[in-house]
Amino acid sequence: MTAITPKLEEVNTVSARSHVGKASKFSTLLSRPTKTTGPWSWFTSVDHKKIGILYIAGSLIFFVVGGIEALLIRLQLFSPDGSVLTAVQYNQMFTMHGTTMVFLVGMPIIAGFGNYLVPLMIGARDVAFPRVNMFGFWVFMAGGIFMYSSFFMGGAPDGGWFGYTPLTSSPYASGVLPGNGTNFWVVGLLLLAVGSTTSALNFIVTVVNMRAPGMKLMRMPVFVWMMTIVSFLTVFALPVFSAALIMVYFDRNFGTTFFFAATGGDPLLYQHMFWIFGHPEVYILILPGMGIVSEILPVFSRKPLFGYSVIVFSGIAIGFVSWGVWAHHMFASGLGPVVIAAFGVSTMLVAVPTGVKIFNWLGTLWGGSITFTTPMLYAMGFIAMFTIGGLSGVTHAVVPADTQQTDTYYIIAHFHYVLFGGLVFALIGGIHYWFPKVYGRMMNDKFGKYTFWITLIGFNLTFAPMHLSGLAGQARRTWRYQEELGVTLLNQLSTVGAFLIAFGVLLFVINIVHSKFKGKICGADPWDARTLEWSIPSPVPEYKFLETPIVHGVDDFWHKKYEDDADGRPQLREGISLEDEPLRVSTEEAITKYGVHLPSPSFWPFIVPLGMLIAAYGLVLENWLTCAVGVLVIAGGLVGWGIEPDTEPSEHSDHTGAHA
Amino acid sequence: MTQAIDNALVEGPDSSIDKSVEEITDDISSPSGHERPSNAKLAMWLFLASDFLFFGGFISAYLLYRGRALEIVDATVAAGGESQKILSDVLDIPFTSATSFILLMSSLTMVLSLAAIRRNDIRRTRLWLFSTVVFGTIFLGGQIFEFTSFAREGFTLTTNQSGSTFFVLTGLHGTHVAIGIVWLGSLLAMSFSGKLVQKDSEKIEIAGLYWHFVDVIWIVIFTIIYLIPVGK
Repeated sequence: MTAITPKLEEVNTVSARSHVGKASKFSTLLSRPTKTTGPWSWFTSVDHKKIGILYIAGSLIFFVVGGIEALLIRLQLFSPDGSVLTAVQYNQMFTMHGTTMVFLVGMPIIAGFGNYLVPLMIGARDVAFPRVNMFGFWVFMAGGIFMYSSFFMGGAPDGGWFGYTPLTSSPYASGVLPGNGTNFWVVGLLLLAVGSTTSALNFIVTVVNMRAPGMKLMRMPVFVWMMTIVSFLTVFALPVFSAALIMVYFDRNFGTTFFFAATGGDPLLYQHMFWIFGHPEVYILILPGMGIVSEILPVFSRKPLFGYSVIVFSGIAIGFVSWGVWAHHMFASGLGPVVIAAFGVSTMLVAVPTGVKIFNWLGTLWGGSITFTTPMLYAMGFIAMFTIGGLSGVTHAVVPADTQQTDTYYIIAHFHYVLFGGLVFALIGGIHYWFPKVYGRMMNDKFGKYTFWITLIGFNLTFAPMHLSGLAGQARRTWRYQEELGVTLLNQLSTVGAFLIAFGVLLFVINIVHSKFKGKICGADPWDARTLEWSIPSPVPEYKFLETPIVHGVDDFWHKKYEDDADGRPQLREGISLEDEPLRVSTEEAITKYGVHLPSPSFWPFIVPLGMLIAAYGLVLENWLTCAVGVLVIAGGLVGWGIEPDTEPSEHSDHTGAHA
Repeated sequence: MTQAIDNALVEGPDSSIDKSVEEITDDISSPSGHERPSNAKLAMWLFLASDFLFFGGFISAYLLYRGRALEIVDATVAAGGESQKILSDVLDIPFTSATSFILLMSSLTMVLSLAAIRRNDIRRTRLWLFSTVVFGTIFLGGQIFEFTSFAREGFTLTTNQSGSTFFVLTGLHGTHVAIGIVWLGSLLAMSFSGKLVQKDSEKIEIAGLYWHFVDVIWIVIFTIIYLIPVGK
């Protein structure tokens, strides 16, 4: 609120840099791109905001695709002995639905939120490695396109989203899971693992090294904290899974015998390796949702987050404990009573820090002056739905009960309550909450509320009956059920609910598109919020912070606006008006007058993933020439990348530091 | 009330609001004279930690299966079946010890090359970089020789778990060495075009971190594969 000019200036968004420096940009084919606007800039930009939007838009597209797959599954299950899909198609649908939602929606959309918000929340102008950032996005896109191209190249993956061996690792020629689908699944996930790992490294380095002065670790917004924890989980969990995937690839294509029981191989090894990754993965998906909710609740309760440090440490505790619970996914595999008892106990333990968080959120709401905006509704929906999912999760920790529930629809109900009712609610709420910051326009609140109620009802209608159909014995991943099982009505309810969710998502997308062009124009701080990103203009200018902010405490921006009166109620500080707008200048002025340093766009983060995509096709089709071409493109791209400086020296003389 | 509890848990905003900008900047930059690692170095350390777990997956698989192949082969022979080679039948420990020694020496030359560029002694930098590349290549050549001679003796990737785990684990390490050789070779080439000077010493340091990691991993692999005998 240190506004110098109270009027929002009209900004010339054409980049100042497009006409600085290398004027002869078409002189050579690979001269460095300079444009930071226009359609091509979306391929070469290194701006964390653009990359964040790309990630979110890309994952929303995959969200719709994965949703259509879910609807097909539900149509097939609408009546007993359904005939909408064949068994093979059904297998492809549930495999791709799970794989898409976890790896092509959950992880990248979180990376998108993190990309857009983490630098702004810690007062940095960009992430530590802007080009690696763009690289991560294109690897994600390459992985997604690659996996979906399998539909046109001999069949999609059909071995389930966790691809248990020996089903998936049986040699290609054996006729178990014929077609290239499993190869696409293995290689596609390896690609996505590379992208996720680089983006996680980037977040950690950004948070460790690039915080604004005074932004101590225990002053960071909870969302930044959760992104940091999630990044550590990603960096340490994914490589184990990658190792398992490589073994599956070798078993399938080169005749190794890692998981071949006849010569002493152990299929259970794969399950262990998968879930050592897979369980932290669950928290990789949910912790950022908790972070988003922890940002939304205080703003609309007009109270500080209750127990900030307890929430942070609970997040860290969840991160640690998540490494010690993986075998609860394998209770039915006969691990032995001692192992099972130990993992049962550790699974119950993980509920403790989670419960602590829920009580902290309730404490935040308690006594606050709550406004029920759309983001707030989604945040509260998150708390309620996540609690239900968490409670059914505790029943899995009870081994005898879990043995009964394993591979039934009860499990499906449980993880959709935590991932849809939890993560997706938080993400949609987060999109409503930060939309004004990104586009300078509000999303339609009334429309948003209708969407919320439709989604909430549809969600519960879909997944609550699954608890019952699961306990009645309906097995997951089975394309037909018999009328005698007595779950027909429950399945029909689920299908109706699924279409209600789809309707809600459709309304949500309409709201986004409509609001982007027609939404009410808003100022920098429409919610009267607490964190740093609201102290800069909306939409966020290319230079982000004109001057590096100095941070004095948690919710620093709030305390710059408000002080406590005698009763402890917030009161606007003298001389501060919420109508004030922060100073906004053109990018050119920011660079020349304020010495803002911005990284230059680059082709290489697009070219290297292109090489990876080519090599991936080579690996799947066992065409080593294609592979070699891909590797050459990667190598050439990396050399070009290595030689290219972070910022073109001809543009700014004050180039400091070696960024990659 | 909740506010009071909250303030007790979190350092309130007022406690440090009087501090000057310099004090706050000091707070964050260097707590006790330690210099923050640069972005690239920190990222490299994190990547290596991640890579260590990647190897961990294959090492676990090797450790899990190392005794089993022997049992299976013994059982097959007892039942009148054909015998299969397992790893301990083919290992040539003295040969691999020699190439391992050469790989370890390449870590020394790597350090020397970093020391040289810090002194701005480009000639020695090149010399030691070149020696590192040569030592790495000798190790890799030794591994290729080892693989082919094993295959000639009838011990391959597809023989049994012993073959699968051995070839994939050491092959993966060999791939890491090969990437390192290409990386160091590129640095060497850069030094000839004048693009590698004293202020770029961090580039060598980071490549060196990777190279030392590859060596350390080899010490682990060499110990568990070559030095610990598979019990009868």
